[in-house]
Amino acid sequence: MRRHLQLGIKQLTAGYINGHLSPLSVAEQALQDASSLKTLNAFVCMATDLALQQAKESAQRYADQRSLGSLDGVTIAIKDNFCTSQVPTTCASRMLQDFVPPYDATVCARLREAGAVLLGKTNLDQFAMGAGTVDSIYGPTKNIWSESFAADNWRIAGGSSGGSASAVAAGLCYAAIGSDTGGSTRNPASYCGVVGLKPTYGLCSRHGLIPLVNSMDVPGILTRSVSDCVEVLNAIAGPDALDSTTIRQPYKKLQLPEVEQIDLRSLRIGIPKEYHCDALSTEVLETWTKVADLLECAGASVRQVSLPHTAASIFVYSILNQCEVASNMARYDGIEYGHRAADERSTEQLYAQTRAEGFNQVVKTRILTGNFLLLRKNYDHYFEKALRVRRLIAEDFAKVFEASAANEQVDILLTPTTLSEAPLYKDFAALSNRDQCAVQDFCTQPANMAGIPAVSIPVRLSTAGLPLSLQLMSNSLNEQLLLTVARWIEAQVEFDCLESLQRHVASL
Amino acid sequence: MGSYIVVRRLATQPKLAHAPKRKWKSVVGLEVHAQITSASKLFSGSGTAFGAPLNTSVTYFDASIPGTLPVLNRKCVESGIKTALALGCRVNEVSMFDRKHYFYADLPNGYQITQQRAALANDGLMTFPVITPGKKVYYKSVNLLQLQLEQDSGKSLHDEQLKRSLVDLNRAGVPLMELVFAPDLETGEEAASLVKELVLILRRLQTCSCKMEEGALRVDANISIHEEGAPLGVRTEVKNIGSVRSISQAISYEINRQLELVAEGGVVTNETRSWDAEHRRTVAMRDKEVLQDYRFMPEPNLPPLHVNLKPGSVSTQELISVAALSKEIPELPEHTRQRLVEHYKLNAETAIILVNEPVLLEHFLSITESLADVPTKVVTNFLINDLLTYCNKLNLDIEDYTTSDNALKDVLKALHAEQINLQAARQLIQLLHTNPTSSVSELIGQHNLQQISELSTIEAYCQQAIANQSKAVQQYQKGKSKALFAIAGEVAKLSAQKANMKIVVECLERLLKK
Repeated sequence: MRRHLQLGIKQLTAGYINGHLSPLSVAEQALQDASSLKTLNAFVCMATDLALQQAKESAQRYADQRSLGSLDGVTIAIKDNFCTSQVPTTCASRMLQDFVPPYDATVCARLREAGAVLLGKTNLDQFAMGAGTVDSIYGPTKNIWSESFAADNWRIAGGSSGGSASAVAAGLCYAAIGSDTGGSTRNPASYCGVVGLKPTYGLCSRHGLIPLVNSMDVPGILTRSVSDCVEVLNAIAGPDALDSTTIRQPYKKLQLPEVEQIDLRSLRIGIPKEYHCDALSTEVLETWTKVADLLECAGASVRQVSLPHTAASIFVYSILNQCEVASNMARYDGIEYGHRAADERSTEQLYAQTRAEGFNQVVKTRILTGNFLLLRKNYDHYFEKALRVRRLIAEDFAKVFEASAANEQVDILLTPTTLSEAPLYKDFAALSNRDQCAVQDFCTQPANMAGIPAVSIPVRLSTAGLPLSLQLMSNSLNEQLLLTVARWIEAQVEFDCLESLQRHVASL
Repeated sequence: MGSYIVVRRLATQPKLAHAPKRKWKSVVGLEVHAQITSASKLFSGSGTAFGAPLNTSVTYFDASIPGTLPVLNRKCVESGIKTALALGCRVNEVSMFDRKHYFYADLPNGYQITQQRAALANDGLMTFPVITPGKKVYYKSVNLLQLQLEQDSGKSLHDEQLKRSLVDLNRAGVPLMELVFAPDLETGEEAASLVKELVLILRRLQTCSCKMEEGALRVDANISIHEEGAPLGVRTEVKNIGSVRSISQAISYEINRQLELVAEGGVVTNETRSWDAEHRRTVAMRDKEVLQDYRFMPEPNLPPLHVNLKPGSVSTQELISVAALSKEIPELPEHTRQRLVEHYKLNAETAIILVNEPVLLEHFLSITESLADVPTKVVTNFLINDLLTYCNKLNLDIEDYTTSDNALKDVLKALHAEQINLQAARQLIQLLHTNPTSSVSELIGQHNLQQISELSTIEAYCQQAIANQSKAVQQYQKGKSKALFAIAGEVAKLSAQKANMKIVVECLERLLKK
């Protein structure tokens, strides 16, 4: 067992400073482990040469006592829908299979500048359209907590950032970047038993994130602890001149209090009753209740609140998603970059053939539906109406976070992340993409509608030995409180993210 | 069909063989795309220079590389606001950007970012003089419905032989202002006059070069006809109008085409037609038959554009102040015309001509400033009747007649000092054009243009002329005073147009009185 994997990021880089650990050996070990755990299919592309070079440079910096900070030499992975110069960025699609971006996404550039070592790019559903990491041209990603990897009897990693979650859960890297449009970071975090943060919309730059739904996409962070999550957030957050939707005020780095110093007595926790839905599994419900009790016992006031438009959210999400997808995918025509079909009889023919070959069925269906919904005759009835309902959903949150009456106001909402433990691949694959997303994103996508931050943290194992997680949400830009509470819960439940890895030690 | 075209080629205007009995009205509306003068593009940092090597002014965003995002160019917003203010628009406190979708090889994103729902400005009014050859000048007002910011597209080149299409993205993303005018016009001349005035205003503001030949200003016209009292007819759209002169021709042609079509029992169909400048006709464009649904959608990557409308406000990093920009607006053409009439006592038409030809106006202001004793009438006559006429005769743009103010001043100085006469002054206009490096005094010397004012020489010419024109002399002496012009003309001929005609007339009158 690799003992350094148990370390947090700060402890790891402390080890680099005092010379007990070396960035190069940690990176070499990680590359070797990734190769041994290939069966998970977490990575679509290893950046071996780049990783070793970055690790060497990091080691040199430590030798010269000019480390770049707490991420210097820390191994990371990035979801394959973030542009990385020199490293292919495929969105797990045929369309971009050979696409090597000429630039780094802001998130990637900031991690690079912080000295992080990029091991490779992680798997996702094609163009992030999915909730299982099963619709990738590179095949599905498997959950390391699976009881078995045989045939179709393994557990899905969740998605669409399943590769990133899987890589962190398997100890292949200390942190991974995902993206979150309707829950794509929190959902796989929940299934894989790791921490998954969706920051406030506009806190982290989307420049270089290949868009799914521009008005909801945010870069997400996957780590094995809340403190590690803060380290990464502090490196990537803040205004970016290249993304006009980033929040302009300068970012103040988060500093969480020590667990012993966290006082919950003035904290108000809301339990939104609408999240108690039919499909919620008993075990998740038990977990939810248990943590609510924990918080109450520690002095927090826990009360039921209502977010009345929750049930409409999934439909609104579906409409806005398909419309933006139709628009965002229009650029893939085979002219400037990406896959180009051989049929050049006419421009129209070239487009049609290129797009027919480059996209999977899920992408094509959303493009077609989105274009239908955007037709002049349909616009008001669907898109415009969806925008109005989206505002109602956002107002639901505003009402509970900003209520004028103090006894109605809450600071944090506690909900399930997913409705169950990670499903078996064979069960999940039997559903349509639409149903997969509708069920899997139920608790996660309202936060994207409202732009508020949300974090998923693992709490305990189910009877089947699979992680069960809960979600915390706060008002916009209140990551400090959100993550403080997450850290407190984390300390109480003592979930071991790497427990599953023990079972696979033999394979390493 | 063939003979139809032949008729078009021969006739300058289609004949109205079967002119309808009832009175028909034509209605014209213009949409103008003006490229905003700016060092960089509307949403990216690449350059905008016309004629840069192919595909060199292209950033990743312009090429639609995945993950890139638009960043609004503040300078373009300021130019748009200035233009809106100069055209009397209401600038909107909040405007928004939209995506307009269509597939075309020179549109890399598959959509154009424009302003459909909430434009930068609305409800302007333009009042301008309408100049129709042979008719009295009159003023016309047209409502400007909307002024919006949007991206230009790239350019496609089709190689018919190789059966290949090539794309140049230099123009993709170049900033445009689209100005949508209400259909308040009736004729081609009105439309051309509107564009002429717009060009003058945009050039004063320096918000658009207005070089139509470079595509910096593009005009599309919507044209329909209807019987008086009836609702508006079906309109056609004419595109590809490449010059101010073509605007008038294309619209007049299209109005007459529709009138003739209706007179023959035909029906005008809603279609896009292209102006064929070579054959001076509009032709239906083939690929625009399908009704496009652009599937407009709000641009999610650009937050709403806010501006500060408070009077007396100043611009900050975050917010542009409209009041602050309004102070930067220079004197506009109509104001200049009024100033010319009031200050220089010019008549309205002269003022219009001078203002409409900025080069003439520059000459006028410069000459009158340094040659205060030359009457303004002499200066305007020289500039308009002589210089402008010369250029028009050669089909030369007055802006391409390159000479210094000083040369023109020297000509006027010599004319005023009676060193040369008007004939010589006209000749000098041509000589300065063909010998741009020579000075006026050199040319007068070389071409022997000095006016002959010496009394004895003039008297000799007069004697000779009286001898040659005995008939006119008789008539004059019988009391037909106009006959003197014939005799004076003879003197001009004898002196090779160099005699000082004022002295000639005095001399003739004196000689013939005897």
